[in-house]
Amino acid sequence: MNDVRLRVNGVARQTAVPDHESLLTTLRERLGLPGSKNACEQGECGSCSVLMDSELVCSCLVLTAGADGRAIETVESLGADGLLHPVQQAFVDAGAVQCGFCTPGLIVAAYALLRENPEPSDLEVREALSGNLCRCTGYGTILAAVQRASRAMYRR
Amino acid sequence: MTLARTRVRGRVGESAPRPDGVPKVRGEFPYASDLREKGMLFGHTLRSPHPHALIRAVDVTAARAISGVRVILTERDLPTRERFGLMKRDQPVLAEGRVRYAGEAIAIIAADEADQARAAAKAIVVEYEVLPPMSDPIAALGPGAPALHEGGNVIDDVLVVHGDPDAQAEVVVQGEYEVAMQDQAALGPEAGLAIPTADGGVTLHIATQWLHEDLGQIAPALGLPNEQVRLILAGVGGAFGAREDVTLQIHACLLALATKRPVRMSYGREESFYGHVHRHPARLFYEHGARRDGTLVYVRATIVLDGGAYASSTSAVVANAGCFAAGPYRVPNARVRSVGAYTTNPPAGAMRGFGAVQACFAYEAQMDKLAAALDMDPVELRARNAVEDGDRIITSQPVEGSEPVANLLRRCAALPMPADEVAHPLRAGRPWRDPLLLPGGAGNLTHGEGIRRGTGFAAGFKNVCYSHGFDDVSHARVRLERTDGGIRARVHTAAAEVGQGIVTVCQQIVRTALEVEEVIVETPDTTIGSAGSSSASRQTWMTGGAVLAACREVRAALEERALARGRAMDELAALLDEPIERSVAWRHRPTEKRDGHTQSHGHVAFLFAAHRATVDVDLGTGLVKVVQVATSQDVGKAINPQAVVGQLEGGIAQGLGLAVMEEVLLRDGQVRNASFTDYLLPTILDMPPVVCDLVEHPHPDAPYGAKGVGEPPTISSTPAIVAAIRAATGRELNRVPVRPDDIVFGTVARSGWRIVPGSDPAMAARA
Repeated sequence: MNDVRLRVNGVARQTAVPDHESLLTTLRERLGLPGSKNACEQGECGSCSVLMDSELVCSCLVLTAGADGRAIETVESLGADGLLHPVQQAFVDAGAVQCGFCTPGLIVAAYALLRENPEPSDLEVREALSGNLCRCTGYGTILAAVQRASRAMYRR
Repeated sequence: MTLARTRVRGRVGESAPRPDGVPKVRGEFPYASDLREKGMLFGHTLRSPHPHALIRAVDVTAARAISGVRVILTERDLPTRERFGLMKRDQPVLAEGRVRYAGEAIAIIAADEADQARAAAKAIVVEYEVLPPMSDPIAALGPGAPALHEGGNVIDDVLVVHGDPDAQAEVVVQGEYEVAMQDQAALGPEAGLAIPTADGGVTLHIATQWLHEDLGQIAPALGLPNEQVRLILAGVGGAFGAREDVTLQIHACLLALATKRPVRMSYGREESFYGHVHRHPARLFYEHGARRDGTLVYVRATIVLDGGAYASSTSAVVANAGCFAAGPYRVPNARVRSVGAYTTNPPAGAMRGFGAVQACFAYEAQMDKLAAALDMDPVELRARNAVEDGDRIITSQPVEGSEPVANLLRRCAALPMPADEVAHPLRAGRPWRDPLLLPGGAGNLTHGEGIRRGTGFAAGFKNVCYSHGFDDVSHARVRLERTDGGIRARVHTAAAEVGQGIVTVCQQIVRTALEVEEVIVETPDTTIGSAGSSSASRQTWMTGGAVLAACREVRAALEERALARGRAMDELAALLDEPIERSVAWRHRPTEKRDGHTQSHGHVAFLFAAHRATVDVDLGTGLVKVVQVATSQDVGKAINPQAVVGQLEGGIAQGLGLAVMEEVLLRDGQVRNASFTDYLLPTILDMPPVVCDLVEHPHPDAPYGAKGVGEPPTISSTPAIVAAIRAATGRELNRVPVRPDDIVFGTVARSGWRIVPGSDPAMAARA
């Protein structure tokens, strides 16, 4: 077992994990944060996307033991009490949520994109989100949601 | 008469937001795999590595000794010999002496930690006597093939005989077609949490499409009366047919009952590929005959569907493929033989558009072949033969309440084309084209010199709701009540919200019928009557219909109360000193059973759509970029236009997947690509813009005229895309998914069997 210290959504957390445990499993099963989803567990679908020291990663591909001392932001950190983050609001308004299993990962990925590139072209959005699978929507409403969020955040 | 004093928002026809949208974007929506319970154990399954084998011995001694392991169950430990299955109860809960597919469950384990349960599965020693696999469904039907089940290898056999089945025609086209196995690939893994109850029963929180069907299979297998098994819908991460069948439901309950502890089971992605059924692979042998003016004279077809090791919903898939084999066209004469076979491949079952998808790929390829033989425009040939109200399909059932399919085709053809021509960077003066837009994306290292553009069309159709005499029913309870702040309605049904938005539809119907804005949709469970499955595009029609009927009863009771008290209808606060609650069981009109020639009114109604696809194909690499898909679909009434567009675009994405990338690769019964690394799903870079034309031709029997919308997008989008690739390449492309080799080398798929279209495939000869 490894004693690991993480800063998760701004809160210092400490936990003991086996060598092979992924950050996704630690978040979901030990830290009470099931918002990051377990769809493929091999880095293909992006449903488990989180920010690690501000970098977008698939938490299923990160070993918790190797993340000691890192700052993690999950979908649960977005938005304030009772208020959605503009990216979350845009997903609701654009109809980009169906079953919603891909949604937390897409929201974290879109949030990361818009922080780097506030006014992306459609093709830039597509490239940035190409690591996030969605089986329900066909992506049209997701593209619309990201552009809607960009307008709400940066083009008032 | 009006109840509301202010305008109610979120009614039928508006793009109302879904009630689960906010918890889903916050990561707070509780999916089945997120559930936890105090003292919870983790369940795991040991599966067979062999597609066909006898089990000589199972030794769990070493596995039991692993720390944290609480129980291991094999078939000897089962409380009953009951089998399970959607339409035939032919599947053992744990393999009984024989395995019929690679992935069949042998033993189940519960342990304190998931790792311990997995380690125990590895430590179980199973002695197999390996048998030869039977992976070719046509061989399995032949005389002398060893029977995989008592009664032989035919799961179902449907013959459609219409008009003169031996009619002749001036122009004849033939073809053999193949549809590979597709995976539903819902992102949410199969998961459930079983909690033992004080009375010796069990409560199961489960991601499913049909709570009551699960209950009917679970309780007998546990040896419990239905009353001691309660199912509650947990958050469902997509379904697309894969959750119609029981997967881990019985296993989780058995482990919970054996340990008297809560047990959660959640498949990983690889196990999910083995754990649920897939779309039926199909071989289709077709002949179309027409007059020189393009009028269809006959269709003859033999369709063989690979049902895999257990029947699942194969009977309905076989019937659909047979009924819809000639497409949405007037065909006066037909003979269609549709057969489902047992093999030692993974079991096949429901996936969006089942039966109709396989047939549509073949009959639309035939229509293009016929257009070429007649030198006619493919849209005109289709429009000339397309059905409209009063025309009969090959089961003799007339179409009613539908937009003429010719209008859908012409409207679709008139939708805006994609703006860009093939951009050729070598051509001076043309704009540079982003490599991400090339076939193959940034990996395409050519200069675009081999890229050709093509456009193709297809139309398709399918039934909505259950067919052939099935007692299709949905129950709803609606309660209108006073709260501190005002008036509120509650709706309770057992309809599974799987992502499609039935919760929003229920809210919108209540808001419209009762003029109350706050509508709470209660969690579906088995304390109320069945809503049927979230499948066959049926929940808006059926549960929407039940909710509307319940609202009408509530409203009538309110009127009665107002009349008795001498009050106006809008004095709701005073009238609702006692809440009003009404429950209804709602059925569509009865359908007729299948007869020997399948000439009957077997379906309640039909759904139609047309698709146009534009593709760029790199002739050198065989890679395809779908540039645009346009669709005109008769939706009846768009109860929630945004959600309808979501169904159309999402369904087209799955149709695109089947056209160019998605295939569960099988070799001798073994799945070769059970992961999202190797099973390719369309990404946001693969999906083109979609142009949606919602045609609202209301059906008189449906609530607000709203037809189901979920399946048609997946039916004719695939053949439209393949038609576009044919137009760009001139290749035959008789198989989906289309592979690069098929484009570059013109590879044609051959079954190795000679089958006269319309004949019994059991009589097939080796080619």
